[in-house]
Amino acid sequence: MADPLLVMGDINKRFQGVQALSAATLEVDPGEIMALVGQNGAGKSTMIKVLTGAYRRDSGSILFAGQPSDFTSPQAAQRGGISTIYQEINLVPFRSVAENVFLGREHRRYGLLDWSRMNTEAAELLRRFAVAIDVRRPLIEFSTAIQQMVAIARAVSFKAQLVIMDEPTSSLDEREVAVLFDVMRRLRAEGVAVIFVGHRLDELYRVCDRVTVMRDGRTVMVSPMADIGKLNLIAAMLGRDLETARAHSTGFSAAQAAAGEVVLSAEGLRIGRKVRDARVEVRERQIVGLTGLLGSGRTEVARAIFGADPPDAGTIEISGRPVLPQEPAEAIALGVAYCSEDRKADGIVPDMSVRENMTLGILPRLTSMGIVDEARQREIVDKFMKRLAIKASSAEQKIRELSGGNQQKVLLARWLCTDPKLLILDEPTRGIDVGAKVEIQALIRELADQGLGVLMISSELEEITEGADRVFVLSDGRTVADLSHAEASASAIIAAMAHGDAEALAEAGHG
Amino acid sequence: MVDAPTIDREGVSPDVAAFFRRYAALTALIVLLAFNFAVTPHFASWQTLNVNLTQVATIVIVSVGMTLVIATGGIDLSVGSLMAISGAIAPMIFLSSFGRSYPALGDALAFIVPVGVAGLFGLFNGWFITRFQVQPIVGTLVMFIAGRGIGQVLTNGNLQAFKNPTFQFIGLGRIFGVPCQVVIMLALVAAAAWTLRSTLFGRQVLSVGGNERAARLSGVPVAAVKRWVYAISGLCAGIAGLVVVSINSSSDANLVGLGMELDAIAAVAVGGTPFTGGQATVVGTLIGALLIQLVRYTLLANGVPDAAALVVKGAIIAGAVWSQQRSRSA
Amino acid sequence: MSAATANTATSSRRISLAWAARQRVMITLVLLILFGALRYDHFLGAYNVLSVLRYNSMFALTSLGMCFVIMGAGIDLSVGTTAAFASVVSALLSPYGLFPGLLGGLAAGLLVGVINGFMVTRMNIQPFIATLSGMLAASGSGLLLAQNQSVSVSYYTNFTWLGQGDLLGFPAPAWIAALAYVYGSVLLNYTSFGRYVLSVGGNEEAARLMGLPVDRVKFLTYVQSGVFAGLAGVILASQFGAGQPAEGVGWELFSIAAVVVGGTLLTGGVGSVATTLAGVLLLGLIFNVLNFENGLGWISLSAYWQSVVRGVFLMVVVMASSGSARRAIRSA
Repeated sequence: MADPLLVMGDINKRFQGVQALSAATLEVDPGEIMALVGQNGAGKSTMIKVLTGAYRRDSGSILFAGQPSDFTSPQAAQRGGISTIYQEINLVPFRSVAENVFLGREHRRYGLLDWSRMNTEAAELLRRFAVAIDVRRPLIEFSTAIQQMVAIARAVSFKAQLVIMDEPTSSLDEREVAVLFDVMRRLRAEGVAVIFVGHRLDELYRVCDRVTVMRDGRTVMVSPMADIGKLNLIAAMLGRDLETARAHSTGFSAAQAAAGEVVLSAEGLRIGRKVRDARVEVRERQIVGLTGLLGSGRTEVARAIFGADPPDAGTIEISGRPVLPQEPAEAIALGVAYCSEDRKADGIVPDMSVRENMTLGILPRLTSMGIVDEARQREIVDKFMKRLAIKASSAEQKIRELSGGNQQKVLLARWLCTDPKLLILDEPTRGIDVGAKVEIQALIRELADQGLGVLMISSELEEITEGADRVFVLSDGRTVADLSHAEASASAIIAAMAHGDAEALAEAGHG
Repeated sequence: MVDAPTIDREGVSPDVAAFFRRYAALTALIVLLAFNFAVTPHFASWQTLNVNLTQVATIVIVSVGMTLVIATGGIDLSVGSLMAISGAIAPMIFLSSFGRSYPALGDALAFIVPVGVAGLFGLFNGWFITRFQVQPIVGTLVMFIAGRGIGQVLTNGNLQAFKNPTFQFIGLGRIFGVPCQVVIMLALVAAAAWTLRSTLFGRQVLSVGGNERAARLSGVPVAAVKRWVYAISGLCAGIAGLVVVSINSSSDANLVGLGMELDAIAAVAVGGTPFTGGQATVVGTLIGALLIQLVRYTLLANGVPDAAALVVKGAIIAGAVWSQQRSRSA
Repeated sequence: MSAATANTATSSRRISLAWAARQRVMITLVLLILFGALRYDHFLGAYNVLSVLRYNSMFALTSLGMCFVIMGAGIDLSVGTTAAFASVVSALLSPYGLFPGLLGGLAAGLLVGVINGFMVTRMNIQPFIATLSGMLAASGSGLLLAQNQSVSVSYYTNFTWLGQGDLLGFPAPAWIAALAYVYGSVLLNYTSFGRYVLSVGGNEEAARLMGLPVDRVKFLTYVQSGVFAGLAGVILASQFGAGQPAEGVGWELFSIAAVVVGGTLLTGGVGSVATTLAGVLLLGLIFNVLNFENGLGWISLSAYWQSVVRGVFLMVVVMASSGSARRAIRSA
């Protein structure tokens, strides 16, 4: 049995108060395709960055090709034989294919660039991957799949022994994925090892030899792909033991009131490539969970309903009226609120105060004759700061100074201020400490009981199983399951995510 | 794919040095004033104050509009050219036969029309930038190039000399002993500061600059806000154009407002408003303009050639922006 | 296993927007020349052609420097005043001969370029602000050296040949500009530096990850821009017989416009030296055409219309390229 090509042992990495990696391990044999899986925040990307030198590990050892390795930068790792292909194609779009392949180590003749040689060699290289294109054309003229091939070709031309591919299939269609997998098999045949970081399990099963599962910064399982079924794989990723029932672990309690009228009904939503046929329905006084694996299209559905990215097809009805908001402002006027997933990018206005951020959505309502009524503003802010127990030195503190949990509360308050009929929450407790999590969860229940219809997107199973009165499961852009609270057990949800069809659900239904 | 896990921040403790860096412009101004009181002859006189304020007033008027534009993360290169247009139109009105027959009406129109036209061109800038998603530098470059040409075409490049005390009050008159343009300057600064602080529009401007995506998702009419700030910048430039031609008793479309955009940008930069948008201090812009003016005056009054002041101005701008950037990332 | 050939339908749909823009400017230039040739006598006559070339060679040089800076996703506002500054320095050195004058001007430009580059790469000041400062500093230095007046060039040496002389029937400045453009074209297409500039401008993060010396590349684009501006200043002094510290106003914006009209994206990453030249000629010819049109008497458009026309041109170019930019991005 050949020695492993890569051994990462006992890796620890801490970022300002958060332990990103805890004694994590990763082992890859030469000429194998290793899948690396885990949900958001599991540590996969941190692990890769520690390996390639983008981050420095706090402790632990890395052995590559028998030598202890300590790369200080991705370029150094490249020279040492580890190439990384990132999800965002890190090539230069307007430069030609050949140029991208050779960037940084161009061929020269008499001091000037030797294009003919570079073009020939690049074409040669790509042909090895069964890609026959005009390498003189700008990279951007080719499909993402081809661009990825170019990235791989570049990586391999550096005599890489290990190629790391980070979510390489996320923008590829079926045909292109097939091509990519062929390339990966060719690499394997040539003795090059591949680490495939991905989340579409079907794909991983098609091409990978083994799988390493990470969760909460730890490596929780390593297994040959053939030896583990999808259900168990997902269970390992999500940290659920399929058999045992968990004690109540969230802040959600049972619904106090029966659901009322339908506030939201969306059918047949099609949005770009990601969402193919989604449906969801929310009633008053109801918390509806929308869940699915990474990339299943949940945020896209939410943004479509909110008018941030209108859908290509499908119908949306708010309180029975068909609508198609083109701008968030329109959706807000209709009584829809959307608390986005990425606080930093879409949520907070960093230099503004808590007060300003909280009232941003209702500012026009607080204005008379162009002037903001600060007294009323302060009243509202104080009310919500108390109600949501927002910890800040004062309402004037800059929001960027608050902890993640408190920032999220401010954003939640922003939307509650708009007095909506439908509140869409996208990962409302992500990146928040446990105490604040429970508080927010209890609050969501309270709000629903008081009449709000809540659409809650979450990847945390407990939140869905305990908090949702009804669950829609998305898989690859389609709604594959519509479960009541009683039916929505962890195993049922996982089964839906895994197989997306009725039979499997029936099978696993009574977990 | 997610990078490092979200980091919970406990709070940032203020740093004394950072405090001074934030108030650098004001500190520098005070230091410079002190220096002048001590060293420069005849500094402590109303006349000196008058001269300096008068010279700086035009720049500040334009810079107020520029501050708002920069607060949204944009920039307006066309202000100088818009000044030329406004300065060209006004005399055309009151020197025309209509203007001479109805002087009161003519003078009134000579205030309203040029400023209005400049505002419309500013609105054009805003429309162009939002409709075609064009970078503000390029978008306003169009009016920078074409605008002065328009002014020149209207007047055929000729100087319009005039003597119209009513109209020229804006540049030569005094209100309770204070030059009119200084009053206008202070009024605009106050109005803009108040707008940014207390009005819906002002807060929306800052939210657009602070996080455009979040603003849009919160229902802020981002495109409309941007159009308005460019329109306001145009209006300010229009007013400044009137002041300049009044002071000179003549309007030369080739020269009015030349280089003004860079003076305004410099004042905003030195005053502490970041170019990334989201924060703005109009009072800071005023201080920035005063500081730059005072540096120039200090050098001149102490025998340093004017040209050297340009070099110093360049150094101040670079230094101010650099120190602000450092304090912001601290 | 089928070969993965490029999907020709997609790629022909996704025509690189810069390519489209390039064809646009060349075509427009050719059309304008044809228009002028057909409509006006002497448009293609030696006198007109040569004087257009001679006059616009200064702008051609500053635009060349600007082109590289913009391709690297930067901007250089100092080219005009640097030229003025260099014109003063070279005029002052002209009594010592052609080469001292030339080298002096180049050195002046180099100095400004180095300072700009330093501010952008080391002090991390945004290019707009950094070169704004450089612009003021250059202007001030020029005025100081010249003591606020024009500095006459010496006619005892052959310094004025640079601006007023001829070689094989073509104006010397045109030769200089032509050589500069050949150099620029080779630099862009056949050296690593040229490709790195485009890569840094196109995707700085990727360039860094690929190990390219990003800071050094950016620094050098500013240095080069300064040197070209210096050269333009030398020609300014020798063509008009005096170093003029107050000149150069608006040159930077003309250069930016020429570069953008030529199809180089202001965001960087795409560009061509040849089309920048076309952009310069196009903007310059507008002036020429207006003069001729006035001469014909059909209209009497003052020369001031040229600014308006140039502005409209820029606007149309920007509108067109933003449209194709969005289409390209959407289909990606």
